[in-house]
Amino acid sequence: MEADAAKLIGAGLAAIGMIGAGIGVGNVWSSYISAIARNPASKEEIGANIWIGFAVTEAIALFALIVALIALFA
Amino acid sequence: MASTDTLTDNLHHSAGEVAQDLAHAEKVIDPLHQFHIYSILDIKIAGFDISFTNSSLWMVIAAVVGYFIMTYGMRKAELVPGRMQNVSEMLYGIVAGMIRDNVGDEGKKYFPIVFTLFLFVLFGNVLGMIPGSFTFTSHLIVTFAMASVIFIAVTIIGIARHGTHFLRLFFPEGAPAWTAVIQGPIALVCYLSRSISLSVRLFANMMVGHTLLKVLGGFAILMGAAGVLPVALLVGITALEFLVAALQAYVFTILTCIYLHDAIHLH
Repeated sequence: MEADAAKLIGAGLAAIGMIGAGIGVGNVWSSYISAIARNPASKEEIGANIWIGFAVTEAIALFALIVALIALFA
Repeated sequence: MASTDTLTDNLHHSAGEVAQDLAHAEKVIDPLHQFHIYSILDIKIAGFDISFTNSSLWMVIAAVVGYFIMTYGMRKAELVPGRMQNVSEMLYGIVAGMIRDNVGDEGKKYFPIVFTLFLFVLFGNVLGMIPGSFTFTSHLIVTFAMASVIFIAVTIIGIARHGTHFLRLFFPEGAPAWTAVIQGPIALVCYLSRSISLSVRLFANMMVGHTLLKVLGGFAILMGAAGVLPVALLVGITALEFLVAALQAYVFTILTCIYLHDAIHLH
C-alpha cells in the first residue's frame, strides 16, 4: 500500500479513540445534572470538581487527536 | 496480476492526487500558518539560538498584562472594590480558594508559583484570541516546559517531606503485598505520564481550537455568498474558545494543586 494512503487510513483509525472520550464526557455531564437534580444545594460543591473530571476525560480524546496528527504530519 | 498492478497504480495515483490537493489547498488558506514562529530579534550566544521570537514577545505581553492588571487593580485598595480591584481580587480569590480546597493550609506557601502559572496561562490563552496575535500555549514545548517544572518541583517537594516514604504513593498502605507487581508499574507510569497529560491537554486544546477557527474562516472565504453559514458557526465557536481558554487555565492550575496535594499528603 502506498505510504500516503496508509497515513490517511491510520489517522482515521486513530480518531476512533475519540468514541470512548465522547461517551465519557457525556457520562460526566449526565451524572452532574442528575446529581444536581437530586440535591440542588450541592451545586457549588460539585461544580468545581466536575471540571476536573471533564478535563481528565477530554484529554483522552486529545491524545487520540495527537496520534492522528502524528500519523498525518510526522 | 495485471489487474492488481492497475489497482496499485490507481491507489498510488489517487493518494498522490490527494496529497497534491492538500498541498494546493494549503497554499490558498493555511490554517496552520498562525503557529509559525519567526524571529524578531536574532540573538546567538555560543552557538545557541536564543532569538527573541513572536512567541517570546507574546509571553512578555502576557506577563506584563497580568502584572499590570494586578498592580493597577490594587493601586489604591479600598474596602468597597472598584471594577479593576474586583477583577484582581476575583483572580486572587479563585486561586486562593483552589489551593485551600485541594491542598489545604500547607499549600499556602506554594500560592505564588501557582498564581503565577494561572495568570501566565490564562493571559496566554485569552490574549491568543486577539486576531493576528500568537498563542504561545499552542506550542507543546512551552506547555511541556511548564508541566515539567511542576512535575519536578512536586517530586522534590514529596521526597523532601517524606523521604523514602514517598514511594508509598506508588503502593498504598494496606494493599496485599503480591499486588505490588501489578500496582507498582501502573502507578509509576501513571505518575510519569502526568507531565505529558498536563502539557498535551493545554497544548492540544489551544491548537485544535485555533485551527478550527481558521478552517471555518477558510470555508467562509471559499463558499462566497453561502459563507454566511460558516461565519455564524464561527461566532459560536469563538465564544466557545473563550470558555476553553479560561477553562484550560483553570484546569491546568487545579491539576497542579492536586499534584501538590498528592506530594504533601500522599493520597
